[in-house]
Amino acid sequence: MPTNDTTSGTRRSAALLGIALALLIVAAVVTTLAARSRWWLPPLASAQGRSIDQLFIATFGIISVAFVLVHGLLALFVWLYRDRGQRASYWHENRALELTYTIIPAIVMTGLTLSAAGLWSRIHSAPPPQALVVEVRGEQFGWKARYPGPDGKFGRIDPRHYSARENPWALDPADPAAQDDLVLDISTTGELHLVVDRPVEVRIRAKDVLHSFFIPAFRVKQDAVPGMVTSIWFTPTQTGPYEIACAELCGPLHYIMRGKVVVQTQEEYDAWLAQTRS
Amino acid sequence: MAHVAHAEAQAGHELSFWRKYIFSQDHKVIGIQYALTSMFMAVLGGLLAMFIRLQLGWPGQSWPLLGRLFPSGMPDGQMNQAFYLASVTMHGTIMIFFVLTTLLTGGFGNFLIPLMIGARDMAFPFLNMLSYWLYPPAIIILLASFFVSGGAAGGGWTAYPPLSALPGAAPGSGLGQTLWLISLALLILAFLFGSLNYITTILQLRARGLSMMRLPLTIWGLFVTAILSLLAFPVLLAAAIMLLFDRIGGTSFFVPAGLLIGSVPVDHRGGNPLLWQHLFWFLGHPEVYVLILPPMGMISDILANNARKPIFGYRFMVGSIVAIAFLSFLVWGHHMYTSGMAPVLGTAFMTTTLVIAVPSAIKTFNWLATLWRAKIRFTSAMLFALGFLSLFVTGGLTGIVLAQPPVDIYFQDTFFVVAHFHFVMASAAIFASFAGTYYWFPKMFGRMMNERLGKWHFWLTFVGIYATFFPMHYAGFMGMMRRIYSPQIYAHLQGLQPLNVFVSIAAFVLFAAQFIFLYNFFRSLFRGPQAERNPWRATTLEWEAPSPPPHLNWGETLPTVQRWAYDYSPPDMAEDFQPQAAPAAVPTGRSREGRGDGGHAR
Ligand code: HEM
Ligand SMILES: [Cu+2]
Ligand SMILES: [Cu+2]
Repeated sequence: MPTNDTTSGTRRSAALLGIALALLIVAAVVTTLAARSRWWLPPLASAQGRSIDQLFIATFGIISVAFVLVHGLLALFVWLYRDRGQRASYWHENRALELTYTIIPAIVMTGLTLSAAGLWSRIHSAPPPQALVVEVRGEQFGWKARYPGPDGKFGRIDPRHYSARENPWALDPADPAAQDDLVLDISTTGELHLVVDRPVEVRIRAKDVLHSFFIPAFRVKQDAVPGMVTSIWFTPTQTGPYEIACAELCGPLHYIMRGKVVVQTQEEYDAWLAQTRS
Repeated sequence: MAHVAHAEAQAGHELSFWRKYIFSQDHKVIGIQYALTSMFMAVLGGLLAMFIRLQLGWPGQSWPLLGRLFPSGMPDGQMNQAFYLASVTMHGTIMIFFVLTTLLTGGFGNFLIPLMIGARDMAFPFLNMLSYWLYPPAIIILLASFFVSGGAAGGGWTAYPPLSALPGAAPGSGLGQTLWLISLALLILAFLFGSLNYITTILQLRARGLSMMRLPLTIWGLFVTAILSLLAFPVLLAAAIMLLFDRIGGTSFFVPAGLLIGSVPVDHRGGNPLLWQHLFWFLGHPEVYVLILPPMGMISDILANNARKPIFGYRFMVGSIVAIAFLSFLVWGHHMYTSGMAPVLGTAFMTTTLVIAVPSAIKTFNWLATLWRAKIRFTSAMLFALGFLSLFVTGGLTGIVLAQPPVDIYFQDTFFVVAHFHFVMASAAIFASFAGTYYWFPKMFGRMMNERLGKWHFWLTFVGIYATFFPMHYAGFMGMMRRIYSPQIYAHLQGLQPLNVFVSIAAFVLFAAQFIFLYNFFRSLFRGPQAERNPWRATTLEWEAPSPPPHLNWGETLPTVQRWAYDYSPPDMAEDFQPQAAPAAVPTGRSREGRGDGGHAR
């Protein structure tokens, strides 16, 4: 054999690899534990997010077990079955064993599919009737928001009426419902105002290219697609300011396409609305 | 065809230098051409990754020296946003299409298929040559795009319209994007010619006695991959042509009415951006299996050889390759959970995606079972094969997180995804390519690579890969989006900088370690010790040919296959392997043949 692998060379490689794989398990566990305090999901602030986080944690647990199992076996085998002059066993078929590791993953995957499917359909169910409805629009490179006026209706949009200063939402002046729409720039001067514990449906538009409406603390992300109105609903559970990010590449300044959202009590919200409208 | 060529060679017909090394129709030369060109592109793709990490590690920092080298992308040494996005886009495009696809199918596929099935060449040698010669022009067009006004494409390797469709939408959406599409279309043609050839060759030109169920798993991986490519790439080709028409022909396949870039109305109506995403991922997901099925096959053969033990569960291995390939056509929508696609489709795509986890688990445990009670030699090839197992599992497991749409809502388009696919696809495929290079180098060039350097290369790469990509999961946990020039302006990403600096330094070490490989490769090419015919004491047919094999591979007679590809350590035999083509031993009363044997090829 041209490899010149002496038994000691094999032993060294086996030991190194076995130890490296064992260390990998340790490092993965330790860094994950350390990450929990510094590099984890931002504190949760929505009702839907709770189920999402639970599903994530459950899945993370399952894959961690599999990770440790496979790497543990790998480390063990490379050490135990290194070349020590023995003869390998001519063993290459065992239907029962193979069916075992076909069926167990299949059961786990079925369980995950069912729980995730249930949650997914709840997330995409019709929003409750008392939900607040707002619109946001992504554009290069910022977010705009629109609230219906006292009539509760969003006015018609027609791109021909667009004017960056006077009419950034391109509202159609001929539509009476458009007259009282409240229009905000939530990337610069304004904020998206939401009410704590009150479901909100956000309808999402895009002015130019794709964007994605991402509020990490709410575990909410939905693309803004030109030519379509997408929507997502959720219930904020904590008052305070949060970040809106853009999660879909939209051009060179994609990285600054940040927006602001603030969750308030109903009274604070009503006061803000009244003040802004007048 | 091969027979005609055979007669020609036997008549003592000497090929000119050009016909022999440049416009060669010999599958071995074409394979090596593909491999060397892919290596060159890998260095470029890696360099671009270094640019990405330079920026993410130290956003806004000025590097005056680099500024002088790249005056337009890095004026005053500070990388501008368009150049960053061009780097990301070209890094992804190059690595996926111009490095791994070309290396695995064009490089390993071309070199190995005829040798491992006992054929003299591919079924269509001329088409094979044509396939390679579409690749350099595609490269030139792609690289030229860096120098046009606006720079190279900056819309990501996924090129989602309208950004990629509207020249006014971003600097990289100008001529650079057009060239990107043309280049990709050329390369797709190359892949299609190649795939057609591989399928025909494997079906038609197998040696006598080599039934399908006696094929080594490398060939199974390459065969199924070729079918996958042949069915999936035409879809991307069509999509690319449609996008090209949207850009320069005034059509509107992907652009709806009523858009405004700044205050300028866009003159398109009737298209739908989601159409592109469906078409793109209809190729895009099978494509990641194009990058992982050949590695799975190669790894199986290298593991069995170095474990001196038959691959465990051959039939399940073949079955899982076929199952994965079939399912890979039904999962594309898992890239689109948050795209605005109807939610019920999300449920459907989640189901198919999680089903794929089952054949993947079968493969993993079969590899582990192959190691059980083995006799493992730690060659460089074996170390990389074992490393592949680790990386594939690490990356595959995070796929289970991303497969679930409710969880993917949070992780979609974050660095968690970047970590996921760099493990399961990029690193795993790269490791398999290294394993394959260390293993087949002696056959390719008739010389051995240096094992000592190979081991150094393995250790630095293995540690480097984990140090680079594992922490990216945590950046994803924090919600760091991909394709952002800097995470610094976001409140939720404060505190990430030390992590990003660590990742960047690890990436530099990782990249630097690859020069050990390059040095070893090129030195061994000229100085390596002469290789024997069968240095690894392997069973498969390619080791029956001389190292390197002559034109048309086999002397007078083609090999005849007696048994399956994994007769390692058969009982009642002094040797610990029995080659596929070795004449049947004295009957021992015990059949050692693989399953489904007895069929004669052709
Ligand atoms: C030297 C090792 C590598 C490093 C350090 C590296 C680093 C990165 C980073 C940091 C990104 C994310 C950039 C961003 O979203 O802002 C990225 C993207 C990407 N990488 Fe790598 N990478 C490496 C090797 C590879 C390989 C071998 C492949 C082969 C498949 C690959 C494929 C991709 C793809 C497809 C993308 C996505 C590009 C896009 O978003 O359009 N990378 N890489
Ligand atoms: Cu964006
Ligand atoms: Cu996919």
